[in-house]
Amino acid sequence: MSRLQVVSGKGGTGKTTVAAALALALATEGRRTLLVEVEGRQGIAQLFETEALPYEERKIAVAPGGGEVYALAIDPELALLDYLQMFYKLGGAGRALKKLGAIDFATTVAPGLRDVLLTGKACEAVRRKDKQGRYAYDYVVMDAPPTGRITRFLNVNDEVAGLAKIGPIHNQAQAVMRVLKSRETAVHLVTLLEEMPVQETLDGVAELRAAKLPVGRIMVNMVRPALLGEPALALTRDTGVRPAVVEALAAAGIGSAKRLAGPLLTQAGEYAERYALERAQREQLAAAGLPLHELPLLTEGLDLSGLYTLAEELRRQGI
Amino acid sequence: MTLDPQAPLDVDPLLDDPATRIVVCCGSGGVGKTTTAAALGLRAAERGRKVVVLTIDPARRLAQSMGIDSLDNTPRRVKDIDDAAGGELHAMMLDMKRTFDEIVEAHADEERARAILSNPFYQSLSAGFAGTQEYMAMEKLGQLRSRDEWDLIVVDTPPSRSALDFLDAPTRLGSFLDGKLIRLLMAPAKVGGRAGMKFLNVGMSMMTGTLGKLLGGQLLRDVQTFVAAMDTTFGGFRTRADATYKLLQAPGTAFLVVAAPERDALREAAYFVERLAAERMPLAGLVLNRVHGSGAGRLSAERALAAAENLDERRIVDQTGGKEEVRTAPAPGSPAAAEAPSDPTIEQLTAGLLRLHAERMHVVAREQRTRDRFTALHPEVAVTEVAALPGDVHDLAGLRDIGHRLAAGGNPAGAS
Ligand SMILES: Nc1ncnc2c1ncn2[C@@H]1O[C@H](COP(=O)(O)OP(=O)(O)OP(=O)(O)O)[C@@H](O)[C@H]1O
Ligand SMILES: Nc1ncnc2c1ncn2[C@@H]1O[C@H](COP(=O)(O)OP(=O)(O)O)[C@@H](O)[C@H]1O
Ligand SMILES: [Mg+2]
Ligand SMILES: [Mg+2]
Repeated sequence: MSRLQVVSGKGGTGKTTVAAALALALATEGRRTLLVEVEGRQGIAQLFETEALPYEERKIAVAPGGGEVYALAIDPELALLDYLQMFYKLGGAGRALKKLGAIDFATTVAPGLRDVLLTGKACEAVRRKDKQGRYAYDYVVMDAPPTGRITRFLNVNDEVAGLAKIGPIHNQAQAVMRVLKSRETAVHLVTLLEEMPVQETLDGVAELRAAKLPVGRIMVNMVRPALLGEPALALTRDTGVRPAVVEALAAAGIGSAKRLAGPLLTQAGEYAERYALERAQREQLAAAGLPLHELPLLTEGLDLSGLYTLAEELRRQGI
Repeated sequence: MTLDPQAPLDVDPLLDDPATRIVVCCGSGGVGKTTTAAALGLRAAERGRKVVVLTIDPARRLAQSMGIDSLDNTPRRVKDIDDAAGGELHAMMLDMKRTFDEIVEAHADEERARAILSNPFYQSLSAGFAGTQEYMAMEKLGQLRSRDEWDLIVVDTPPSRSALDFLDAPTRLGSFLDGKLIRLLMAPAKVGGRAGMKFLNVGMSMMTGTLGKLLGGQLLRDVQTFVAAMDTTFGGFRTRADATYKLLQAPGTAFLVVAAPERDALREAAYFVERLAAERMPLAGLVLNRVHGSGAGRLSAERALAAAENLDERRIVDQTGGKEEVRTAPAPGSPAAAEAPSDPTIEQLTAGLLRLHAERMHVVAREQRTRDRFTALHPEVAVTEVAALPGDVHDLAGLRDIGHRLAAGGNPAGAS
């Protein structure tokens, strides 16, 4: 497993959820992981039902077997201030710059600058070691921007090409790029078994590959359980099956079996249609030649215990 | 389904009313904004109006079937609609960069336009800054409206996570580009002379110094050149954003909030409803899309599950009873399948049907709870429902079906 796990995907497919479950799964058996967020939305805090995260690494959960999950919401403005402090020793002037809006200005006119600070912070956590020379975190999991922006976001070298040609930003970009293009990193894409997210995933895989960024796994999220097996599905296509179903319903103690058989078979027909569509989407995903994981749809809403269920499921699937 | 206390949303009178000139479909990502916008456009056109639909990010097959997959950023007439009532449907897919380029070309002489278009800062701005897509969607809406060629414009909105972005992002971007800071930075000499600004100068030079180190002199010069070039020709980003915003407040504009019956989507919808009220923008109603129902709603999930277990037990008894030969499934469609009442395959199928039904009933109940919460907050909002269809919506027939459901208002029972 690569030590930097980047989780992207179409909006709303479950990037934040899957990233959190992955951080939990990777922390089992006494390991320590860091879950980072880069879009300033406090999605992690919401998910773990805690107050808003500061720009500071905080323990937010324990994993089965004594592992620990830390979380960090990277704030690009504060990261820029840190950075200015480190290289230019600005002191109090940094705060003045922030007040004037210069920090916001800089990260707005140069999105590449913001991205290199965000990825830079994550890479720093990946490489950080303690006094004994052990890695501070076994894994760093990033809840990353969506598929449409992920390649640009990670391709910081290109992004900062238009900025100051010399100086720490460029060195930083190169250091980040070394980590991101190496086997230390894996970019996973979360999708649903629906046309648009699958298309976006395949486009994303192609883009990442073209940029020579390491694509990891495809995480199919919110998978509905298979409630009718293939033989039963085949039977529902047979219109002659209805009288037998009426009898079976009656035998099972269902009143007005005659009136119910029709709607029940209609529902099965719809299920069959969706099932066929989902299978077609699965096949398309399989053609990408990447490991596929499937996470179940948790119907009772997603709370903390749901997150542990998803983490457990990832463990079961070999993560 | 429990009785719905909300007023139904009557889509047809809204679409037919000649006073309705703009319909905006808003909502959070993936709920069906694009589908709803296209379906409403088609319906209005088939009911006799001359309509243009501005879509932002249609699914590929939908775009193909409407003939708008070629990106030329101008409305194309959609063929194969029913034009018996004398209507027309035009549709386009927004190309944000093209739209931005066109603004530049329309407002600057050729030479200056060329300078702006090749400016590196302009290029990254038009290729996708936060808010550019929303800004350009508004801009395009303004353009279509001022051409005055259509009775009705139906607008889809960009796929942002928050429905409010459509309203806020253009102003945010406009304010940034017209902002004090950008001006101060770009013309320190000009403002430096004025009394009262002097104290800023120390800060200013430190700021330009630091920014220069970070961003490089070139980027700062690019921004400066861009702002200067736009200034003389364009008359302000903020002003322009404000003008289109006003269009949304004008009579003749109606908002439809689209949401799926899920917690996050309905919460976003509630924010949006509140915001529209605060801005005095007219909300026509809520489109609740992808709603589940059941034609067998009288059978509860619990009873269905109990019966399924009952069938399972019988099957186990059958099988341990030694009827080896019946255990192999008859070929689908063979008469044997329909005739053997204690056929384990039929029992398995029936148990499956019952489990499927139980799951459906759970979904129905969950969706009902979620929407009840919304109704409690906003009982005044009129609602129409569209069933979750088992397949995608990717052609005119599918859109027509959705349009029909939008107009029928609800009663998902019988549908899926
Ligand atoms: N396996 C699952 N089962 C049930 N619900 C899920 C599952 N995964 C995610 N969800 C729910 O789906 C919604 C979207 O998930 P999430 O916020 O993780 O997506 P995201 O991709 O991070 O979204 P955004 O693009 O807005 O950042 C949330 O309400 C979440 O609880
Ligand atoms: N009522 C519905 N039943 C089934 N599928 C639907 C329905 N409404 C939308 N879809 C599908 O959902 C996907 C997302 O819809 P879309 O309109 O593009 O959403 P949005 O524009 O809000 O992001 C599309 O594949 C569309 O075909
Ligand atoms: Mg998220
Ligand atoms: Mg859309």
